[in-house]
Amino acid sequence: MTRRIAIVGDVSELADYGYGPQALGWWGVLGFVLIEGMAFVLAIGAYLYLMPFEAHWPPALRPPDLRYGTLFTIVMLASVVPNQLIKHAALREDEPAVRRLILIMIAFGVALLIVRGFEFTALNTRWDLNAYGSIVWAIMVLHTIHLATDFYDTCPLAVLVHVRGIDGRHFSDVEDNAVYWNFVAFSWLVLYVLIYWLPRWLS
Amino acid sequence: MATRKPQPAPDVPQHFSDGSDELARTWADAPGFWGWLTTVDHKRIGRRYICTGMVFFVLAGILALAMRTQLARPENGLMGPDRYNQLFSMHGTTMMFLFAVPIMEAVAVYVVPLMCGTRNIAFPRLNAFSYWVYLFGGVMIWIAFAMNVGPETGWFSYVPLANSDYSPGKRTDFWAQMITFTEVAALAVAVELVATILKTRAPGMTLARMPLFLWSMLITSFMVIFAMPSVMLASTFLITDRLVGTHFYNPADGGDALLWQHLFWFFGHPEVYIIFVPALGMISSIVETFSRRAVFAHTAMVLALVTTGFFAFGLWVHHMFATGLPALGNSFYTAASMVIAIPSAVQVFSWLATIGTGKPKFATPLLFVLGFFAIFVLGGLTGVMLASVPLDLQVHDTYFVVAHFHYVLIGGAVFPLFGAFYYWFPKFTGRRLSETAGKWNFWLFFIGFNVTFFPMHYLGLIGMPRRVYTYPVDMGWDLWNLIATIGAYLIAISALVFVVNVVRALRSGEPAGDNPWDAPSLEWATASPPPAYNFAAIPRVDSATPLWSDNDLPALSGLRSDRREILLTTATDADPQITWGLPKPSSWPLWSAIALTVLFIWSIFSPWGVVWGAIPLAVALTIWFWPSPDDRGLISEKSR
Repeated sequence: MTRRIAIVGDVSELADYGYGPQALGWWGVLGFVLIEGMAFVLAIGAYLYLMPFEAHWPPALRPPDLRYGTLFTIVMLASVVPNQLIKHAALREDEPAVRRLILIMIAFGVALLIVRGFEFTALNTRWDLNAYGSIVWAIMVLHTIHLATDFYDTCPLAVLVHVRGIDGRHFSDVEDNAVYWNFVAFSWLVLYVLIYWLPRWLS
Repeated sequence: MATRKPQPAPDVPQHFSDGSDELARTWADAPGFWGWLTTVDHKRIGRRYICTGMVFFVLAGILALAMRTQLARPENGLMGPDRYNQLFSMHGTTMMFLFAVPIMEAVAVYVVPLMCGTRNIAFPRLNAFSYWVYLFGGVMIWIAFAMNVGPETGWFSYVPLANSDYSPGKRTDFWAQMITFTEVAALAVAVELVATILKTRAPGMTLARMPLFLWSMLITSFMVIFAMPSVMLASTFLITDRLVGTHFYNPADGGDALLWQHLFWFFGHPEVYIIFVPALGMISSIVETFSRRAVFAHTAMVLALVTTGFFAFGLWVHHMFATGLPALGNSFYTAASMVIAIPSAVQVFSWLATIGTGKPKFATPLLFVLGFFAIFVLGGLTGVMLASVPLDLQVHDTYFVVAHFHYVLIGGAVFPLFGAFYYWFPKFTGRRLSETAGKWNFWLFFIGFNVTFFPMHYLGLIGMPRRVYTYPVDMGWDLWNLIATIGAYLIAISALVFVVNVVRALRSGEPAGDNPWDAPSLEWATASPPPAYNFAAIPRVDSATPLWSDNDLPALSGLRSDRREILLTTATDADPQITWGLPKPSSWPLWSAIALTVLFIWSIFSPWGVVWGAIPLAVALTIWFWPSPDDRGLISEKSR
């Protein structure tokens, strides 16, 4: 039997976009942050798990050079400032500020990828040298994939906001993108300590 | 900023499948094969996900029959050890990765949005992408198997057996990439389900009123999110050890074989519950409907589900008792493995109380649930036995373990799943399955299952190891193996009865109507099968069993019919918050899945496949997300 319905309200006055937990996109970002955060946690666990199998850590006694890793960390942290600015610009729907800041975020992305390239040359190990080298490279590659993904994600968004103009959904997308960038930035802090400083403290 | 456009005149539907022509046009797929390829309708994708999962179930079942035929008598020459290795590896891999997890998510892909009272799943294009990735991964591993490069090291592929010294060639590489395919697909669906359940529930469907099936899928989805990265990491480490010379699992260069076991079982044990928890939700739906009363102790049931999901992550080491771990660790995992029996028992007692205090109608879905009670409780009891280290060490890698996990997995998941098929089939198709054939299906399955697997307890106790392709005469194993093989053929006949029942119902089954079981949840409020838009107006919910009210069903109007719009509500109280446009059908999820398939398969042969394969993938993803001018779902048309 088909049940009759009784209309008891109307939702046509509701906004058709929102921010943060109001928006569906934010929940998608949250889901992928949880997945990828879990992958980082497990990779860190694998790193720590493998430590007791070597008499010295790193086995070759040369931890990664601090220069590029630290430079990357400083630039990454610096990028959080424009990232927060663009997030708030999106929240107050400030179109000129979003257009300006998204270009700055792209510049930061390019700079970070270049520094990351140099970082790989200064790890003082190779992935196929021993398990230490394998896990260090694994963590670095894992983080670089996240960095590259978010950088790549930012580029078409920048084209959209400059070419198409920005509607509410794009402001919401910009905010979501900023949330993900914060994840990439702050997860690196933990990895930086693990890869660059833990071996030094242990020695 | 776009300015507000004038709203179309509100439709006033008389019932939930009474949408306007414009609404039907807006949610319709393109006609024909192109529409089939590009659809983002959760019902069409859910149906094809279910059908694909069932095809893999049948294929894995055929492998099981082949294995049982080989073992029916001692020193049988039907196949040699290498073929047998591939058979049990493909059987386990297909059942776990291509049937059990995907089909639970598949049922949810179909049912969850309807049960929430919304018009589509969150992230519908991701949903389409997920299906294609799953399909291509499954097809890849089966083609590899057909070309004699199927997996050979079991469904958990332990190193060093799985490293390149002991498993040369590409067999294990295909297995490892199949893992990546299926986990990408499962993780995508998990994110969709979390967002759908938390953000698209009908107004008034507070967490306290949320059906237990939605609770079970919410918890399962979070378990997928936290467990599956582990196996992706593990299989990536495995394939890089094999292909580019990393040393994660190589003890000679600082690696450790047990790292594989930790990473695998950190996923592998929750995996059992990822299969089992959705089944708990299905059981609750069936028990409630066929007992004609709300499930007894709803809050305790929710807490039991949450507790089960939580404890599931604390048990993985009980798969590793034989690896020589510290005694304190063993004791902890023994205790944890026993504790998880408590929330399971809470649920079993609550269902029994529901049936006992209701007016039970023993239709086929409820029969499968009763079968679940018997089989799962037996499997649970042997689970508690195996949690004890001394006993575990005695029966480790014997048929006792094979018996245990089939009791838990088939009893705990496949019986409820079949019950769920009988329950929701009228909604999926608009037709009813035959009850007579259903009862034959159930009893053949129940008897066949026990005839197959109960003797395996004894075979294990008298020392028959698992994964042997044959055994000598005079071991005392002949009779019990023969009985198990007879049981396996009974199960096959039961599956055949099910297939015939489905085909007959699709051709000439009795029309089901909207709510043939007089069930209380929202998926039964609309037509069977539901229209593309699911609900012409958005249901409002005032109780945990909204359809058992005698009044007209309350609903909210005001969603646009000229674009694919849904209502988003608050995560806990389900208060209306904003409306949200969903994207139209697109072929780009398919192209993206094809590009990802090329990348994954290429990477089996060269690491540069990851680099060059990323380019077409990036292009396809960009076009997927690029809002086309006519896709108004992706554009805000209101100012704040």
